[in-house]
Amino acid sequence: MNKRTEIRLAGEGGQGMILAGIILAEAAAIYDGKQATQTQSYGPEARGGASRAEVVISDDEIDHPEVLSADVVLALSQEAYKKFAKTIHAGGLLIIDADRVEVPADFAGVKVPVARIAQETTGKAITANTVALGLLVGLTGVVSRDAIEKAVTARAPKGTEEMNRKALQAGFEAAEQVKALTV
Amino acid sequence: MTIKLMQGNEAIAMGSLAAGCRFYAGYPITPSTEVAEIMSRELPRVGGKFIQMEDEIASMAAIIGGSVGGLKSMTATSGPGFSLMQENIGYAAMAEIPCVVVNVQRLGPSTGQPTAASQGDVMQARWGTHGDHQIIVLSPISVAQSFELAVKAFNFSEKYRTPVILLTDEIIGHMREPIELPDFDTVEKVERVVTDSPADYKAFRNEPGDVPPMASFGLGYRYHITGLFHDEVGFPTQRLDEIDPWLERVNRKIENNTDDILLYQKDYQPGARTAILSYGATARTARHAMKQLRAKGQKVSLFTAQTLWPFPEKAVEELADSVERIIVPEMNMGQLALEVERMAGRKKVVRVNRANGEMVTPDMILEAAEN
Repeated sequence: MNKRTEIRLAGEGGQGMILAGIILAEAAAIYDGKQATQTQSYGPEARGGASRAEVVISDDEIDHPEVLSADVVLALSQEAYKKFAKTIHAGGLLIIDADRVEVPADFAGVKVPVARIAQETTGKAITANTVALGLLVGLTGVVSRDAIEKAVTARAPKGTEEMNRKALQAGFEAAEQVKALTV
Repeated sequence: MTIKLMQGNEAIAMGSLAAGCRFYAGYPITPSTEVAEIMSRELPRVGGKFIQMEDEIASMAAIIGGSVGGLKSMTATSGPGFSLMQENIGYAAMAEIPCVVVNVQRLGPSTGQPTAASQGDVMQARWGTHGDHQIIVLSPISVAQSFELAVKAFNFSEKYRTPVILLTDEIIGHMREPIELPDFDTVEKVERVVTDSPADYKAFRNEPGDVPPMASFGLGYRYHITGLFHDEVGFPTQRLDEIDPWLERVNRKIENNTDDILLYQKDYQPGARTAILSYGATARTARHAMKQLRAKGQKVSLFTAQTLWPFPEKAVEELADSVERIIVPEMNMGQLALEVERMAGRKKVVRVNRANGEMVTPDMILEAAEN
Protein backbone atom coordinates (compact mmCIF):
# COMPACT_ATOMS: atom_id res chain seq x y z
CA MET A 1 0.00 0.00 0.00
CA ASN A 2 3.01 2.31 0.26
CA LYS A 3 2.99 2.68 -3.52
CA ARG A 4 -0.49 4.18 -3.40
CA THR A 5 -0.76 7.81 -4.57
CA GLU A 6 -3.89 9.79 -3.81
CA ILE A 7 -4.74 12.86 -5.86
CA ARG A 8 -7.59 15.32 -5.49
CA LEU A 9 -8.43 17.70 -8.34
CA ALA A 10 -10.82 20.45 -7.30
CA GLY A 11 -12.36 23.50 -8.88
CA GLU A 12 -15.62 24.99 -9.96
CA GLY A 13 -18.14 22.93 -11.86
CA GLY A 14 -17.39 23.40 -15.56
CA GLN A 15 -13.60 23.72 -15.11
CA GLY A 16 -13.10 20.18 -16.33
CA MET A 17 -11.80 18.69 -13.09
CA ILE A 18 -13.69 15.43 -13.48
CA LEU A 19 -12.49 15.03 -17.06
CA ALA A 20 -8.93 15.75 -15.87
CA GLY A 21 -9.36 13.02 -13.27
CA ILE A 22 -10.58 10.55 -15.89
CA ILE A 23 -7.64 11.37 -18.18
CA LEU A 24 -5.14 10.95 -15.35
CA ALA A 25 -6.65 7.60 -14.39
CA GLU A 26 -6.61 6.50 -18.04
CA ALA A 27 -2.96 7.50 -18.35
CA ALA A 28 -2.18 5.28 -15.36
CA ALA A 29 -4.42 2.31 -16.14
CA ILE A 30 -4.32 2.11 -19.93
CA TYR A 31 -0.93 3.54 -20.89
CA ASP A 32 1.26 2.94 -17.83
CA GLY A 33 -0.21 -0.45 -16.88
CA LYS A 34 -0.94 0.56 -13.28
CA GLN A 35 -4.06 0.22 -11.18
CA ALA A 36 -6.28 3.30 -10.87
CA THR A 37 -9.66 4.31 -9.52
CA GLN A 38 -11.38 7.59 -10.29
CA THR A 39 -14.26 8.85 -8.20
CA GLN A 40 -16.02 12.18 -8.08
CA SER A 41 -18.26 14.39 -6.13
CA TYR A 42 -20.47 17.11 -7.47
CA GLY A 43 -23.64 18.98 -6.65
CA PRO A 44 -26.75 18.87 -8.82
CA GLU A 45 -25.61 21.96 -10.79
CA ALA A 46 -24.18 21.58 -14.31
CA ARG A 47 -21.93 24.62 -13.82
CA GLY A 48 -20.63 26.47 -10.81
CA GLY A 49 -20.60 24.90 -7.38
CA ALA A 50 -17.68 22.90 -6.12
CA SER A 51 -16.56 19.95 -8.21
CA ARG A 52 -13.89 17.46 -7.34
CA ALA A 53 -12.38 14.41 -8.87
CA GLU A 54 -10.30 11.91 -6.98
CA VAL A 55 -7.76 9.59 -8.49
CA VAL A 56 -5.94 6.81 -6.70
CA ILE A 57 -3.00 5.28 -8.56
CA SER A 58 -1.11 2.24 -7.37
CA ASP A 59 1.14 -0.55 -8.55
CA ASP A 60 -0.98 -2.97 -6.52
CA GLU A 61 -4.68 -3.74 -6.36
CA ILE A 62 -6.64 -0.74 -5.05
CA ASP A 63 -9.05 -1.58 -2.26
CA HIS A 64 -10.67 1.50 -0.70
CA PRO A 65 -11.24 3.52 -3.89
CA GLU A 66 -11.44 7.04 -2.48
CA VAL A 67 -8.80 9.46 -1.24
CA LEU A 68 -8.10 8.97 2.47
CA SER A 69 -5.25 11.44 2.96
CA ALA A 70 -4.26 13.27 -0.20
CA ASP A 71 -0.69 13.18 -1.50
CA VAL A 72 -1.51 15.84 -4.07
CA VAL A 73 -4.25 18.48 -4.11
CA LEU A 74 -4.84 20.72 -7.10
CA ALA A 75 -7.14 23.65 -6.35
CA LEU A 76 -8.21 25.93 -9.19
CA SER A 77 -10.73 28.01 -7.24
CA GLN A 78 -10.86 29.75 -3.88
CA GLU A 79 -13.68 27.52 -2.69
CA ALA A 80 -11.78 24.40 -3.72
CA TYR A 81 -8.71 25.64 -1.87
CA LYS A 82 -10.70 26.45 1.26
CA LYS A 83 -12.37 23.07 1.25
CA PHE A 84 -9.55 20.73 0.29
CA ALA A 85 -6.21 22.32 1.19
CA LYS A 86 -6.53 20.83 4.68
CA THR A 87 -7.18 17.31 3.34
CA ILE A 88 -3.55 16.96 2.32
CA HIS A 89 -1.13 15.10 4.55
CA ALA A 90 2.09 16.61 5.90
CA GLY A 91 4.64 16.62 3.12
CA GLY A 92 1.97 16.43 0.45
CA LEU A 93 1.93 18.66 -2.59
CA LEU A 94 -0.59 21.51 -2.87
CA ILE A 95 -0.93 23.21 -6.27
CA ILE A 96 -3.09 26.30 -6.75
CA ASP A 97 -3.96 28.70 -9.55
CA ALA A 98 -1.93 31.78 -8.56
CA ASP A 99 -4.43 34.22 -10.13
CA ARG A 100 -7.58 32.69 -8.74
CA VAL A 101 -6.70 31.57 -5.25
CA GLU A 102 -5.62 33.89 -2.47
CA VAL A 103 -3.34 32.20 0.02
CA PRO A 104 -1.71 33.27 3.29
CA ALA A 105 1.83 34.65 3.26
CA ASP A 106 3.30 31.43 4.67
CA PHE A 107 1.81 29.30 1.87
CA ALA A 108 4.18 26.42 1.20
CA GLY A 109 2.65 24.93 -1.94
CA VAL A 110 3.11 25.58 -5.61
CA LYS A 111 1.53 28.69 -7.18
CA VAL A 112 1.16 28.69 -10.94
CA PRO A 113 -1.21 30.89 -12.99
CA VAL A 114 -2.78 27.84 -14.65
CA ALA A 115 -5.73 29.57 -16.37
CA ARG A 116 -3.54 32.42 -17.60
CA ILE A 117 -1.01 29.99 -19.10
CA ALA A 118 -3.88 28.20 -20.83
CA GLN A 119 -5.22 31.45 -22.25
CA GLU A 120 -1.78 32.58 -23.44
CA THR A 121 -0.85 29.18 -24.91
CA THR A 122 -4.01 28.15 -26.72
CA GLY A 123 -6.21 31.22 -26.55
CA LYS A 124 -8.76 29.11 -24.71
CA ALA A 125 -9.24 29.21 -20.95
CA ILE A 126 -11.00 25.83 -21.07
CA THR A 127 -7.63 24.16 -21.70
CA ALA A 128 -6.67 25.05 -18.11
CA ASN A 129 -7.43 21.50 -17.00
CA THR A 130 -4.94 20.14 -19.56
CA VAL A 131 -2.29 22.65 -18.44
CA ALA A 132 -2.97 21.56 -14.87
CA LEU A 133 -2.45 17.91 -15.82
CA GLY A 134 0.91 18.75 -17.42
CA LEU A 135 1.90 20.69 -14.32
CA LEU A 136 0.82 17.92 -11.95
CA VAL A 137 2.54 15.14 -13.91
CA GLY A 138 5.64 17.28 -14.43
CA LEU A 139 5.92 17.89 -10.70
CA THR A 140 5.03 14.42 -9.40
CA GLY A 141 5.82 11.89 -12.12
CA VAL A 142 2.82 9.92 -10.88
CA VAL A 143 2.33 8.77 -14.47
CA SER A 144 4.81 9.04 -17.35
CA ARG A 145 4.72 12.07 -19.64
CA ASP A 146 4.21 9.72 -22.54
CA ALA A 147 1.16 8.16 -20.89
CA ILE A 148 -0.49 11.47 -20.03
CA GLU A 149 0.12 12.76 -23.56
CA LYS A 150 -1.50 9.66 -25.05
CA ALA A 151 -4.42 9.89 -22.65
CA VAL A 152 -4.98 13.60 -23.34
CA THR A 153 -4.81 13.07 -27.09
CA ALA A 154 -7.21 10.12 -26.97
CA ARG A 155 -9.77 12.15 -25.04
CA ALA A 156 -9.40 15.44 -26.96
CA PRO A 157 -12.32 16.24 -29.26
CA LYS A 158 -11.38 15.77 -32.93
CA GLY A 159 -9.44 18.75 -34.23
CA THR A 160 -8.28 19.88 -30.78
CA GLU A 161 -5.52 17.30 -30.29
CA GLU A 162 -2.73 19.74 -31.18
CA MET A 163 -4.18 22.49 -28.99
CA ASN A 164 -4.36 20.10 -26.04
CA ARG A 165 -0.84 18.82 -26.66
CA LYS A 166 0.38 22.43 -26.53
CA ALA A 167 -1.52 23.04 -23.31
CA LEU A 168 -0.02 19.89 -21.80
CA GLN A 169 3.45 20.93 -22.90
CA ALA A 170 2.94 24.36 -21.31
CA GLY A 171 2.06 22.53 -18.08
CA PHE A 172 5.26 20.45 -18.30
CA GLU A 173 7.28 23.67 -18.82
CA ALA A 174 5.61 25.38 -15.88
CA ALA A 175 6.58 22.35 -13.77
CA GLU A 176 10.21 22.66 -14.89
CA GLN A 177 10.21 26.33 -13.90
CA VAL A 178 8.83 25.50 -10.47
CA LYS A 179 11.46 22.81 -9.99
CA ALA A 180 14.24 25.20 -11.09
CA LEU A 181 13.11 27.73 -8.50
CA THR A 182 12.95 25.28 -5.62
CA VAL A 183 16.37 23.68 -6.20
CA MET B 1 -9.20 -7.79 -25.23
CA THR B 2 -8.17 -4.28 -24.38
CA ILE B 3 -8.23 -2.47 -21.08
CA LYS B 4 -10.73 0.36 -20.75
CA LEU B 5 -11.49 2.75 -17.95
CA MET B 6 -15.19 2.42 -17.28
CA GLN B 7 -17.86 3.31 -14.73
CA GLY B 8 -19.70 0.57 -12.86
CA ASN B 9 -22.97 1.68 -14.45
CA GLU B 10 -21.42 1.40 -17.90
CA ALA B 11 -20.14 -2.07 -17.07
CA ILE B 12 -23.66 -3.07 -16.00
CA ALA B 13 -25.00 -1.92 -19.37
CA MET B 14 -22.24 -3.83 -21.17
CA GLY B 15 -22.82 -6.97 -19.11
CA SER B 16 -26.54 -6.79 -19.78
CA LEU B 17 -25.94 -6.54 -23.52
CA ALA B 18 -23.46 -9.42 -23.33
CA ALA B 19 -26.04 -11.50 -21.47
CA GLY B 20 -28.48 -10.93 -24.31
CA CYS B 21 -30.72 -8.19 -22.90
CA ARG B 22 -32.79 -6.82 -25.78
CA PHE B 23 -35.44 -4.75 -23.99
CA TYR B 24 -35.02 -1.84 -21.63
CA ALA B 25 -37.80 0.29 -20.21
CA GLY B 26 -37.01 2.89 -17.61
CA TYR B 27 -37.21 6.34 -16.20
CA PRO B 28 -33.83 8.02 -15.69
CA ILE B 29 -32.79 8.84 -12.14
CA THR B 30 -29.46 9.76 -10.56
CA PRO B 31 -27.22 7.87 -9.88
CA SER B 32 -28.42 5.19 -12.30
CA THR B 33 -28.93 7.28 -15.44
CA GLU B 34 -25.80 6.10 -17.25
CA VAL B 35 -27.32 2.62 -17.57
CA ALA B 36 -30.34 4.04 -19.43
CA GLU B 37 -28.15 6.36 -21.47
CA ILE B 38 -25.94 3.55 -22.71
CA MET B 39 -28.78 1.11 -23.31
CA SER B 40 -30.65 3.76 -25.33
CA ARG B 41 -27.59 4.10 -27.52
CA GLU B 42 -26.60 0.44 -27.78
CA LEU B 43 -29.87 -1.53 -27.89
CA PRO B 44 -31.02 -0.26 -31.32
CA ARG B 45 -27.62 -1.29 -32.73
CA VAL B 46 -28.22 -4.93 -31.80
CA GLY B 47 -31.88 -5.03 -32.78
CA GLY B 48 -33.17 -4.37 -29.27
CA LYS B 49 -35.72 -1.87 -28.03
CA PHE B 50 -35.38 0.98 -25.55
CA ILE B 51 -38.40 2.83 -24.19
CA GLN B 52 -38.36 5.74 -21.81
CA MET B 53 -41.52 5.31 -19.78
CA GLU B 54 -43.58 7.89 -17.91
CA ASP B 55 -42.51 6.61 -14.49
CA GLU B 56 -41.05 3.64 -12.66
CA ILE B 57 -44.37 1.87 -12.12
CA ALA B 58 -44.85 1.74 -15.87
CA SER B 59 -41.17 0.86 -16.43
CA MET B 60 -41.50 -2.25 -14.31
CA ALA B 61 -44.76 -3.18 -16.03
CA ALA B 62 -43.13 -2.71 -19.43
CA ILE B 63 -40.20 -5.02 -18.72
CA ILE B 64 -42.60 -7.70 -17.49
CA GLY B 65 -44.37 -7.36 -20.83
CA GLY B 66 -41.10 -7.40 -22.73
CA SER B 67 -40.07 -10.58 -20.98
CA VAL B 68 -43.41 -12.31 -21.60
CA GLY B 69 -42.93 -11.28 -25.22
CA GLY B 70 -39.72 -13.32 -25.24
CA LEU B 71 -36.96 -10.75 -24.77
CA LYS B 72 -34.49 -10.59 -21.90
CA SER B 73 -35.62 -7.40 -20.20
CA MET B 74 -34.31 -4.93 -17.66
CA THR B 75 -34.72 -1.57 -16.01
CA ALA B 76 -32.44 0.55 -13.81
CA THR B 77 -33.34 2.98 -11.09
CA SER B 78 -32.48 4.34 -7.66
CA GLY B 79 -34.21 4.89 -4.29
CA PRO B 80 -37.52 6.64 -5.08
CA GLY B 81 -37.89 4.75 -8.36
CA PHE B 82 -37.16 1.43 -6.67
CA SER B 83 -39.96 2.16 -4.21
CA LEU B 84 -42.38 2.74 -7.08
CA MET B 85 -41.37 -0.54 -8.72
CA GLN B 86 -42.16 -2.69 -5.72
CA GLU B 87 -45.74 -3.59 -6.60
CA ASN B 88 -44.81 -4.92 -10.02
CA ILE B 89 -41.70 -6.68 -8.71
CA GLY B 90 -44.16 -8.72 -6.66
CA TYR B 91 -46.19 -9.33 -9.80
CA ALA B 92 -43.08 -10.64 -11.56
CA ALA B 93 -42.36 -12.89 -8.59
CA MET B 94 -45.95 -14.18 -8.53
CA ALA B 95 -46.14 -14.73 -12.28
CA GLU B 96 -42.54 -16.10 -12.40
CA ILE B 97 -41.40 -13.67 -15.07
CA PRO B 98 -37.65 -13.33 -15.60
CA CYS B 99 -36.41 -9.73 -15.45
CA VAL B 100 -33.51 -7.73 -14.06
CA VAL B 101 -33.92 -4.60 -11.95
CA VAL B 102 -30.79 -2.56 -11.31
CA ASN B 103 -30.92 -0.40 -8.20
CA VAL B 104 -27.97 2.00 -7.87
CA GLN B 105 -28.45 2.86 -4.22
CA ARG B 106 -28.39 6.51 -3.20
CA LEU B 107 -28.95 8.16 0.15
CA GLY B 108 -32.52 7.93 1.38
CA PRO B 109 -35.20 7.79 2.59
CA SER B 110 -37.40 9.64 0.11
CA THR B 111 -35.51 11.74 -2.46
CA GLY B 112 -32.67 11.86 0.09
CA GLN B 113 -29.52 12.91 -1.71
CA PRO B 114 -29.30 11.93 -5.39
CA THR B 115 -25.49 12.05 -5.72
CA ALA B 116 -24.64 10.51 -2.33
CA ALA B 117 -23.94 6.83 -1.75
CA SER B 118 -25.85 4.38 0.40
CA GLN B 119 -26.50 0.72 1.09
CA GLY B 120 -29.87 1.53 2.59
CA ASP B 121 -32.01 -0.66 0.30
CA VAL B 122 -30.72 -4.08 1.35
CA MET B 123 -33.88 -4.99 3.23
CA GLN B 124 -36.14 -3.31 0.69
CA ALA B 125 -34.57 -5.39 -2.08
CA ARG B 126 -35.57 -8.51 -0.14
CA TRP B 127 -38.90 -7.47 1.32
CA GLY B 128 -39.96 -4.31 -0.51
CA THR B 129 -42.91 -5.92 -2.20
CA HIS B 130 -45.67 -7.34 -0.05
CA GLY B 131 -46.23 -11.01 0.67
CA ASP B 132 -43.88 -13.95 1.04
CA HIS B 133 -41.80 -14.40 -2.06
CA GLN B 134 -38.38 -15.48 -3.22
CA ILE B 135 -35.99 -13.11 -4.94
CA ILE B 136 -32.33 -13.06 -5.88
CA VAL B 137 -30.25 -9.99 -5.02
CA LEU B 138 -26.65 -9.53 -6.21
CA SER B 139 -24.23 -6.77 -5.23
CA PRO B 140 -20.93 -6.01 -7.05
CA ILE B 141 -17.73 -4.72 -5.42
CA SER B 142 -15.97 -3.42 -8.52
CA VAL B 143 -16.45 -2.28 -12.09
CA ALA B 144 -15.31 -5.65 -13.42
CA GLN B 145 -17.75 -7.41 -11.11
CA SER B 146 -20.54 -5.07 -12.22
CA PHE B 147 -20.17 -6.62 -15.67
CA GLU B 148 -19.96 -10.18 -14.34
CA LEU B 149 -22.94 -9.85 -12.02
CA ALA B 150 -25.08 -8.21 -14.71
CA VAL B 151 -24.51 -11.38 -16.76
CA LYS B 152 -25.26 -13.54 -13.72
CA ALA B 153 -28.42 -11.56 -12.97
CA PHE B 154 -29.83 -12.32 -16.41
CA ASN B 155 -28.70 -15.94 -16.24
CA PHE B 156 -30.31 -16.50 -12.83
CA SER B 157 -33.51 -14.73 -13.85
CA GLU B 158 -33.91 -16.88 -16.97
CA LYS B 159 -32.79 -20.10 -15.32
CA TYR B 160 -35.13 -19.77 -12.33
CA ARG B 161 -37.93 -17.65 -13.86
CA THR B 162 -37.58 -14.97 -11.23
CA PRO B 163 -36.95 -11.25 -10.95
CA VAL B 164 -33.33 -10.53 -9.98
CA ILE B 165 -32.23 -7.31 -8.30
CA LEU B 166 -28.75 -6.07 -9.16
CA LEU B 167 -28.15 -3.97 -6.06
CA THR B 168 -25.20 -1.70 -6.61
CA ASP B 169 -24.42 1.69 -5.07
CA GLU B 170 -23.42 5.19 -6.12
CA ILE B 171 -19.73 4.52 -5.38
CA ILE B 172 -19.39 1.43 -7.57
CA GLY B 173 -21.87 2.81 -10.13
CA HIS B 174 -19.98 6.04 -10.75
CA MET B 175 -16.43 4.88 -10.02
CA ARG B 176 -14.14 4.40 -12.96
CA GLU B 177 -11.71 1.48 -12.96
CA PRO B 178 -9.86 -0.50 -15.59
CA ILE B 179 -11.79 -3.44 -17.01
CA GLU B 180 -10.99 -5.95 -19.71
CA LEU B 181 -14.25 -6.50 -21.55
CA PRO B 182 -14.54 -10.03 -22.90
CA ASP B 183 -15.82 -10.80 -26.37
CA PHE B 184 -19.59 -10.92 -25.82
CA ASP B 185 -19.80 -14.17 -27.83
CA THR B 186 -17.66 -15.93 -25.23
CA VAL B 187 -19.86 -14.90 -22.29
CA GLU B 188 -21.84 -17.80 -20.83
CA LYS B 189 -25.51 -17.11 -21.47
CA VAL B 190 -28.47 -19.01 -20.03
CA GLU B 191 -31.61 -19.11 -22.15
CA ARG B 192 -35.02 -19.79 -20.65
CA VAL B 193 -36.41 -23.29 -21.04
CA VAL B 194 -39.02 -23.29 -23.78
CA THR B 195 -41.33 -25.99 -25.00
CA ASP B 196 -42.56 -27.12 -28.38
CA SER B 197 -45.93 -28.61 -27.49
CA PRO B 198 -48.59 -25.88 -27.36
CA ALA B 199 -51.41 -28.43 -26.97
CA ASP B 200 -50.66 -29.53 -23.41
CA TYR B 201 -48.63 -26.50 -22.30
CA LYS B 202 -48.93 -25.48 -18.67
CA ALA B 203 -47.05 -22.27 -17.88
CA PHE B 204 -47.06 -22.97 -14.13
CA ARG B 205 -46.97 -26.75 -13.99
CA ASN B 206 -45.66 -28.14 -10.74
CA GLU B 207 -44.16 -31.40 -12.12
CA PRO B 208 -41.60 -32.43 -13.25
CA GLY B 209 -38.90 -29.97 -12.22
CA ASP B 210 -39.37 -26.74 -10.35
CA VAL B 211 -38.91 -24.29 -13.23
CA PRO B 212 -41.65 -24.75 -15.83
CA PRO B 213 -40.83 -23.95 -19.47
CA MET B 214 -41.80 -20.41 -20.42
CA ALA B 215 -43.46 -19.83 -23.77
CA SER B 216 -43.54 -16.36 -25.27
CA PHE B 217 -46.90 -14.74 -25.89
CA GLY B 218 -48.00 -14.81 -29.49
CA LEU B 219 -46.54 -18.18 -30.45
CA GLY B 220 -49.72 -20.21 -30.08
CA TYR B 221 -49.42 -21.18 -26.43
CA ARG B 222 -52.50 -20.48 -24.36
CA TYR B 223 -52.07 -19.44 -20.75
CA HIS B 224 -53.11 -16.73 -18.36
CA ILE B 225 -50.99 -14.34 -16.31
CA THR B 226 -52.26 -12.80 -13.10
CA GLY B 227 -51.07 -11.50 -9.78
CA LEU B 228 -53.65 -13.67 -8.08
CA PHE B 229 -52.80 -17.15 -6.88
CA HIS B 230 -53.30 -19.30 -9.92
CA ASP B 231 -53.55 -22.86 -11.16
CA GLU B 232 -51.08 -24.53 -13.53
CA VAL B 233 -52.56 -22.75 -16.57
CA GLY B 234 -52.55 -19.42 -14.79
CA PHE B 235 -56.21 -18.90 -13.90
CA PRO B 236 -57.08 -17.58 -10.45
CA THR B 237 -57.63 -20.22 -7.81
CA GLN B 238 -58.55 -20.44 -4.16
CA ARG B 239 -58.03 -24.19 -3.98
CA LEU B 240 -55.46 -25.09 -1.35
CA ASP B 241 -54.41 -28.16 -3.35
CA GLU B 242 -53.30 -25.75 -6.07
CA ILE B 243 -51.92 -22.97 -3.87
CA ASP B 244 -49.76 -25.18 -1.65
CA PRO B 245 -47.89 -26.99 -4.44
CA TRP B 246 -47.18 -23.64 -6.10
CA LEU B 247 -45.83 -22.14 -2.87
CA GLU B 248 -43.65 -25.18 -2.28
CA ARG B 249 -42.33 -25.17 -5.82
CA VAL B 250 -41.39 -21.47 -6.04
CA ASN B 251 -39.58 -21.68 -2.72
CA ARG B 252 -37.90 -24.95 -3.72
CA LYS B 253 -36.61 -23.58 -7.02
CA ILE B 254 -34.47 -21.03 -5.14
CA GLU B 255 -33.70 -22.93 -1.92
CA ASN B 256 -32.64 -26.14 -3.69
CA ASN B 257 -30.23 -24.23 -5.90
CA THR B 258 -28.25 -22.16 -3.42
CA ASP B 259 -25.03 -23.91 -4.51
CA ASP B 260 -25.51 -22.20 -7.84
CA ILE B 261 -26.99 -18.91 -6.62
CA LEU B 262 -24.84 -18.04 -3.59
CA LEU B 263 -21.78 -16.09 -4.68
CA TYR B 264 -19.20 -15.04 -2.10
CA GLN B 265 -15.46 -15.00 -1.43
CA LYS B 266 -13.74 -16.24 1.68
CA ASP B 267 -10.30 -14.98 2.64
CA TYR B 268 -9.82 -16.71 5.98
CA GLN B 269 -6.75 -16.83 8.22
CA PRO B 270 -6.37 -19.85 10.47
CA GLY B 271 -6.56 -18.79 14.11
CA ALA B 272 -8.30 -15.48 13.35
CA ARG B 273 -10.62 -14.40 16.16
CA THR B 274 -12.05 -11.48 14.19
CA ALA B 275 -13.80 -11.56 10.86
CA ILE B 276 -15.08 -8.73 8.66
CA LEU B 277 -18.16 -9.37 6.54
CA SER B 278 -19.18 -6.90 3.88
CA TYR B 279 -20.53 -6.30 0.38
CA GLY B 280 -20.71 -3.62 -2.32
CA ALA B 281 -18.44 -0.58 -2.13
CA THR B 282 -17.87 -1.19 1.59
CA ALA B 283 -16.21 -4.52 0.77
CA ARG B 284 -13.37 -2.51 -0.77
CA THR B 285 -12.90 -0.64 2.50
CA ALA B 286 -13.10 -3.91 4.42
CA ARG B 287 -10.31 -5.43 2.32
CA HIS B 288 -8.25 -2.27 2.82
CA ALA B 289 -8.69 -2.54 6.58
CA MET B 290 -7.98 -6.29 6.53
CA LYS B 291 -4.63 -5.74 4.82
CA GLN B 292 -3.71 -3.04 7.35
CA LEU B 293 -4.62 -5.33 10.25
CA ARG B 294 -2.64 -8.24 8.84
CA ALA B 295 0.32 -5.93 8.21
CA LYS B 296 0.20 -5.10 11.93
CA GLY B 297 0.21 -8.80 12.78
CA GLN B 298 -3.46 -9.23 13.69
CA LYS B 299 -5.10 -12.31 12.24
CA VAL B 300 -8.37 -11.50 10.54
CA SER B 301 -10.74 -13.28 8.18
CA LEU B 302 -12.71 -11.62 5.40
CA PHE B 303 -16.05 -12.65 3.94
CA THR B 304 -17.29 -10.77 0.88
CA ALA B 305 -20.84 -11.45 -0.25
CA GLN B 306 -22.05 -10.92 -3.80
CA THR B 307 -25.34 -12.73 -3.30
CA LEU B 308 -27.14 -10.89 -0.50
CA TRP B 309 -30.46 -12.70 -0.96
CA PRO B 310 -30.94 -15.54 -0.45
CA PHE B 311 -28.58 -14.85 2.45
CA PRO B 312 -25.59 -17.25 2.57
CA GLU B 313 -26.75 -18.66 5.90
CA LYS B 314 -24.63 -21.78 6.08
CA ALA B 315 -21.39 -20.10 5.07
CA VAL B 316 -21.90 -17.29 7.61
CA GLU B 317 -22.82 -19.78 10.31
CA GLU B 318 -19.56 -21.63 9.62
CA LEU B 319 -17.66 -18.35 9.71
CA ALA B 320 -19.23 -17.49 13.06
CA ASP B 321 -18.17 -20.90 14.39
CA SER B 322 -14.55 -20.18 13.50
CA VAL B 323 -14.20 -16.69 15.06
CA GLU B 324 -15.22 -14.79 18.18
CA ARG B 325 -16.75 -11.79 16.50
CA ILE B 326 -17.83 -10.55 13.10
CA ILE B 327 -17.51 -6.90 12.15
CA VAL B 328 -20.16 -5.79 9.66
CA PRO B 329 -19.46 -2.39 8.07
CA GLU B 330 -22.32 -0.96 6.01
CA MET B 331 -23.39 2.37 4.52
CA ASN B 332 -26.66 2.17 6.46
CA MET B 333 -27.73 1.86 10.10
CA GLY B 334 -27.32 -1.93 10.13
CA GLN B 335 -29.26 -4.07 7.66
CA LEU B 336 -27.28 -7.11 6.53
CA ALA B 337 -25.91 -7.12 10.10
CA LEU B 338 -29.36 -8.33 11.18
CA GLU B 339 -28.88 -11.47 9.09
CA VAL B 340 -25.35 -11.95 10.38
CA GLU B 341 -26.68 -11.65 13.95
CA ARG B 342 -29.30 -14.26 13.13
CA MET B 343 -26.60 -16.72 12.06
CA ALA B 344 -23.93 -15.80 14.61
CA GLY B 345 -25.43 -17.58 17.64
CA ARG B 346 -23.64 -16.33 20.72
CA LYS B 347 -20.78 -14.81 18.79
CA LYS B 348 -20.51 -11.05 18.85
CA VAL B 349 -21.55 -9.02 15.82
CA VAL B 350 -19.99 -5.54 15.73
CA ARG B 351 -21.80 -3.08 13.52
CA VAL B 352 -19.87 -0.28 11.83
CA ASN B 353 -22.35 2.09 10.25
CA ARG B 354 -22.27 5.25 8.23
CA ALA B 355 -25.49 6.53 6.72
CA ASN B 356 -24.71 10.12 5.71
CA GLY B 357 -23.82 9.53 2.06
CA GLU B 358 -20.08 9.01 2.61
CA MET B 359 -18.14 5.77 2.53
CA VAL B 360 -17.19 3.88 5.66
CA THR B 361 -13.46 4.52 6.16
CA PRO B 362 -10.77 1.92 6.88
CA ASP B 363 -10.10 3.69 10.21
CA MET B 364 -13.68 3.04 11.36
CA ILE B 365 -13.17 -0.69 10.79
CA LEU B 366 -9.68 -0.65 12.36
CA GLU B 367 -11.10 0.99 15.47
CA ALA B 368 -13.71 -1.75 15.78
CA ALA B 369 -11.12 -4.47 15.17
CA GLU B 370 -8.54 -3.15 17.60
CA ASN B 371 -10.95 -2.71 20.51
